Amino acid sequence: MKILVITEQRQGKWNNASFETLAAAQRIAAETASTVSALVLGKGVGPFADELAAKDVSEVLQVEHDLLDSYTPDGYCVALKQVIESAKPDLILFPHTYQVRDFAPKLAAMLGKGMIGDCIGYRNEGGKLVFVRQMFQGKTAADVTFLGDGPWFASFQSGAFRADLLKPHPSGKAPVNRISVDLKPEQIRTTPLELFKEAKSAVDLTQAPIIVSIGRGIKAPENIPQAEALAKAIGGEIAASRPICDEGWLPMERQIGSSGQTVAPKLYLALGISGAIQHVVGMKGARTIVAINKDQNAPIFEIADYGVVGDIFEIMPALTEALEKAKA
Amino acid sequence: MNIIVCIKQVPAKDAPLAIAGNWIRESDIGFEMNEPDSYALEEALRLKEKHGGEVIVLSMGPERVKQTIKEALAKGADRGIHIADDQFAQLDPLATACALAAAIKKEKADLVLTGLQSDDHGFGQIGVLLAGVLDLPHATIIMQIEVADGRMKLKRELEAGWFQHIECPLPAVLSIQSGINKVRYATLKGIMAAKKKEIATITRESLGAASAPTQKIEKIYVPTKTKKTEFLTGSAKDVATKLVEKLKFEARVI
Repeated sequence: MKILVITEQRQGKWNNASFETLAAAQRIAAETASTVSALVLGKGVGPFADELAAKDVSEVLQVEHDLLDSYTPDGYCVALKQVIESAKPDLILFPHTYQVRDFAPKLAAMLGKGMIGDCIGYRNEGGKLVFVRQMFQGKTAADVTFLGDGPWFASFQSGAFRADLLKPHPSGKAPVNRISVDLKPEQIRTTPLELFKEAKSAVDLTQAPIIVSIGRGIKAPENIPQAEALAKAIGGEIAASRPICDEGWLPMERQIGSSGQTVAPKLYLALGISGAIQHVVGMKGARTIVAINKDQNAPIFEIADYGVVGDIFEIMPALTEALEKAKA
Repeated sequence: MNIIVCIKQVPAKDAPLAIAGNWIRESDIGFEMNEPDSYALEEALRLKEKHGGEVIVLSMGPERVKQTIKEALAKGADRGIHIADDQFAQLDPLATACALAAAIKKEKADLVLTGLQSDDHGFGQIGVLLAGVLDLPHATIIMQIEVADGRMKLKRELEAGWFQHIECPLPAVLSIQSGINKVRYATLKGIMAAKKKEIATITRESLGAASAPTQKIEKIYVPTKTKKTEFLTGSAKDVATKLVEKLKFEARVI
């Protein structure tokens, strides 16, 4: 099998999930006697191609075009379709980034194929690849297989594989093949403008050693002071899952998850958070995770070190009191 | 500005999930509008209020889906299209997109909106696939839409707190990020008005948009735990005392 990994860079910086996906590809290749090619596309991406060539891959495809300088879904789809049609890979792997979500399903569809997105792993069942993804917001896992002929498209969730297990090239450097693509300005229908961040946030949750985070279980904004009192007692910052910030109950800058901040504090206390994957990717690196939730099947308990199945409105004040007593 | 909003009906958030093969047992559980889609609907209603036109709600699935279409009509959508398909839960993303696209082609839409992903399958692909099948420009994870002179200026969310402005011509397909707006509730007046609004039902077969399945969900299951969780039990007070001790002396994090 020929595996092609589409890596991602933006404005001179890697998206590091690229290396996790490359590590996944190396593992699949080792188990299925396959080869791995790594692809990088853009304008002036030679240094990126060289970096990929130092990994254990059979070749690097460097796709260069002035119109690929900034990402556009049209530009990427037109260019990659040509590359895939000539390179003829059997399996195409992507890191499941926001950018990949924006174009990869369409790229697959342009070739009449489907994509299994946001996979958390795979199994090799006698040469047949079974991809594992989540459904119902992480409450269930699903085994998914491809039907029909390749090329098959799949993306791996950030954190599903370890980039530090990426194998270097055994003898120095893989060949870098520059590939030119035919791309015209009129094929690109959207115009990318500036990248920006919203007003600088006053809190940097990434630096907080302790985070007390609330989810839907908090029920109403009137209940947030209870969580804030607990955060104060434990010496932590208050944070939340996306729905709480969407509701405007806490500012967006306090949001943990794929669209918010990614944190790795020494203690993460999840109150009434079910543990949808979009939240979990932002905090699973925490050293100690405590989850309090009334639903014993909440996926947050899968990653918790300590779990309490119960009512946060009973436990929050009791815990605040116990913490204050312990301090005294 | 005529806007089609694709809305999925999904199991209610607190519904107990009884797994049955590659789906769940649907008896005895409630269904509701997919939350991310409710933001797309709200955005469509706001665009209509600003620029005029019509908001059409498009939903696929069994008969029960009509209830969700009615909810959207009560919030202010003008009419609904129901693609009747009892096997909807078994469709792969491409087949779903092909059916929705066939229904969209029959209308004169300036804009097609979807939510970012569904809370059940969570494929997160339909908006992008619709753009592919309909050959329209698209953008995803949209946090702001401004329309002027037949073009849109959009604010697109990227990872880790970054955003990007992009320009996009009309017609187009947009996937809306949750939290872009504050979703309205249906008023009593709206609920009454919805009774008179039209819901056209077409079967998926009649659209002639079948596409060979590209993937199959073999089975779903409760995931195996990767971490050993120590559960603390007892009264709230007991649990609190135990937890403080654990955090202090075992995990040594406070």
